[in-house]
Amino acid sequence: MSKDEAGALARFGVTDREIEQALGRVKVSAVDYADLYFEYCQSESVSMEEGIVKRATKSVGQGVGVRATAGEKTGFAYSDELTAKDLNIAADTARYIANSAQGTAPVPVTHRPAAARNLYPHDRATIEVATSDRVTLLNAIDAEARRYDPRIKNVMAAYNTEYKVMLVATSDGLMVGDIQPLSRLQVTCIAEENGNRQVGTFGGGGRIGLEYFQKDQRYLHFAREAAREAILNLSAVDAPAGVMPVVLGGGWPGILLHEAIGHGLEADFNRKKTSAFSNLMGKKVASEVCTIVDDGTLPFRRGSLNVDDEGTPTSRTVLIDKGILRGYITDKLNARLMGIPVTGNGRRESYQSVVLPRMTNTFMLAGESDPQDIIKSVKKGLYAVSFGGGQVDITNGKFVFSASEAYLIEDGKITRPVKGATLIGSGPDILKQVSMVGHDLKLDEGIGTCGKEGQSVPVGVGLPTIRIDEITVGGTKA
Amino acid sequence: MNMTRMIGEQDYTNVAKDLMARASKQGATAADVMVADGETLSVQVRMGAVDRLTKAREKRLGLRVFFGQRSASASTSDFSRDSLGRFVEETCALAKAVVEDPVSGLPESGQLATDVPDLQIHDPTTLQTDEQIALALRAERAAFAADSRITNSEGGECDSSSGRIILANSHGFLGQYANSSFSLSVSPIASDAAGMQRDYWYGVNRSFAKLESPEAIGQEATRRTVRKLGARKVATCRVPVIFDPEVAGSLLSHLCSALSGYALYKGASFLIGQLGQKIAPDFVTIYDDGRMPGGLGTRPFDGEGLPTRKQAVVERGRLASYLLDTYSGKKLGLPSTGNAARSIGESPSAGPTNFYMVPGTTRPEDMLAPVKQGLYVTDLIGFGINMVTGDYSRGASGFWIVNGELAYPVEEITIASNLKEMYSTIETIGSDLVFRGRIASPTVKIAEMMVAGN
Repeated sequence: MSKDEAGALARFGVTDREIEQALGRVKVSAVDYADLYFEYCQSESVSMEEGIVKRATKSVGQGVGVRATAGEKTGFAYSDELTAKDLNIAADTARYIANSAQGTAPVPVTHRPAAARNLYPHDRATIEVATSDRVTLLNAIDAEARRYDPRIKNVMAAYNTEYKVMLVATSDGLMVGDIQPLSRLQVTCIAEENGNRQVGTFGGGGRIGLEYFQKDQRYLHFAREAAREAILNLSAVDAPAGVMPVVLGGGWPGILLHEAIGHGLEADFNRKKTSAFSNLMGKKVASEVCTIVDDGTLPFRRGSLNVDDEGTPTSRTVLIDKGILRGYITDKLNARLMGIPVTGNGRRESYQSVVLPRMTNTFMLAGESDPQDIIKSVKKGLYAVSFGGGQVDITNGKFVFSASEAYLIEDGKITRPVKGATLIGSGPDILKQVSMVGHDLKLDEGIGTCGKEGQSVPVGVGLPTIRIDEITVGGTKA
Repeated sequence: MNMTRMIGEQDYTNVAKDLMARASKQGATAADVMVADGETLSVQVRMGAVDRLTKAREKRLGLRVFFGQRSASASTSDFSRDSLGRFVEETCALAKAVVEDPVSGLPESGQLATDVPDLQIHDPTTLQTDEQIALALRAERAAFAADSRITNSEGGECDSSSGRIILANSHGFLGQYANSSFSLSVSPIASDAAGMQRDYWYGVNRSFAKLESPEAIGQEATRRTVRKLGARKVATCRVPVIFDPEVAGSLLSHLCSALSGYALYKGASFLIGQLGQKIAPDFVTIYDDGRMPGGLGTRPFDGEGLPTRKQAVVERGRLASYLLDTYSGKKLGLPSTGNAARSIGESPSAGPTNFYMVPGTTRPEDMLAPVKQGLYVTDLIGFGINMVTGDYSRGASGFWIVNGELAYPVEEITIASNLKEMYSTIETIGSDLVFRGRIASPTVKIAEMMVAGN
């Protein structure tokens, strides 16, 4: 047992024996798998608007989720009380699906370190920064954004941190703990000129502490970027409507991959055959220049984890290899039912939610094209470099993502900024339209939060500059 | 397994009073405490068998303290005496670290609610796990039985929950109420040679007896799903757009966001300075009613303890009221409208209670008649709404209207305009208002929007 894990257990005030007994109570013969997930999470947020750091909030929560799976069934209960009695009540509730009397033999568990590598070693003090340090940071951001341009009329910024301790004990006999820090800085600027008001945002972070934002005064860069986008949008013209070539810039535009193919490759939808990708394994779903992976092992990234929430070490999974569909994103339940490997993607928002197969960091590998050549190749189209959110209908494969910073390309040159517009396409088809991939792979700044079945988890995306030959752009100008 | 109701089981009012006393001892000049507890039983079935059972009991409390005009909020689920002592200390330390905000503070004591009427939002009906399983299975079975093209399913779900809210503040306000919710939904999948389509239908009510039958929900889910089969794209064009009630409600949600006092005073709303101005045609009237009996947004007092009420937000096309709590109201020089929304452990925000557009007299089917070419929208996806400018661009699917009839299903298109323009060019409102959530709208026709497709 590592020092961290010992600390985690002590915090939960539960003994190994109590855990083994509760597991034994739920893991009867009709139950294929059971686990107990303990969580302690402390989150803090300090926010600023109108030049005043006026809000500070803190939230502390802890509890345990007990889960049993039998065939395709899942039984789940959770409690914010952690006594042996509460553990047993939850165990009995989760076992309801097995229609069986309680088990009596404890399930022995062996402590195992989360992973050989720690992807996000940290000093707790740099995660739980003193409120006064957060205030200083936010004040400097306000000043910098206003200095950038006098047309910046309001600056809103928030610095949020989360310190999560998890411990999972499973019926396959292991007990793994992890400490998962998470920090995020978000800046929004409002610019105004002659009654025209526009917004710009910039944010980022990861499983890192305050020092990340302080290095080379990165937080001031956040302020300038948000201000720049707001000012830029003051001169934006109406976005075009219709089918056209679109060049996506590197980094966060990788949300395309998350929506267009990532969700469709989550194992649960494919086991149930409700995904538009259900029968496409081994088939060509993208052009040959596209290789796409999901990788939970990148140090300090927002979407990374040492182990997933079932205790499986995270890994790098090839989803699409040179255009051919090769892999699904799995958790234990779906891997077992489908007879495919566990990829370490079993994730949950908290002890109050069930495990689902979820993405970690999803990105396309770099290609060989020069980004400048990609832009030059377009006669008339759109160059989109920043996006808001996206969404997908898994079953028919239609997905959208909405540009927040985009430009017209005319005769191979970037010309005018355009207003935000939604792009819509079909997941199994869109990557066949990718004809050029840049050598400039970039991961996003660390702002992504993915929602599925009402559960939010932090994720990352990445993309090199790419050219999509045809996609529908939802502007207002014919 | 059954649901034992916690209501009245434990008295959290003393916990609330104790926290305020401790905060005062730490030097806090004012405080409020919100406690929520509740139970949920959620049953999901799929392809005729149980898929997932979830049962939970939860409690959480939030404390907000003021030191003069500095303030902070915090929440915890750990109610043990020692932990609460530390919790109060930490919350007070947080407040001392932020900057003074001259506008901050509790509402005046004279504004606080004095009555807590019975608004029919708590039904003590207790459902057994097996009853909920049976309801979900019936809904899914009805969906399959309604059409042979239903070949798969995302499943049926039946949830029940009950809870209680307690709010206390250092002006002596102490209020509490219980509420409940019962819901049933099903999401069938239809397929043909061209591919798969999914839709869903649902019922949700505070009273179990008023929940629609599983058969009605299953059949409607199937009707909505199979009609999407064979959907295609259409050419880019500018046409009239009719929003079915489900998606028309989203237009009202955007209006709520734009009318929130917080968006307004921050300059982050496209409706800044529009109070008293015309934002829609004369026949558009929109209410927010926090006291509608049995409503899903109904509550006797808001997140600060002010009484809720019924008020016109848009009256004959004129913007009659923003949605305000005390803080955002003061920033705008206006009194609170009793719309303080509160998440445990957060300072208040402002939001709707039961928010709806008054229905018109045209039957929804008659709204199609005058349309030669147009779009009838049933689904919207994505987040392409800019609240600062009102610019609107979302993914859509639905039906193409040709000569007053729904001619064929369409998908993979977008609709775009600006919300200000959309509200001001509402042409017709349907007679079909049904509450299926806190925000409800009849069918709405917008004169013209840009549709992007092929």
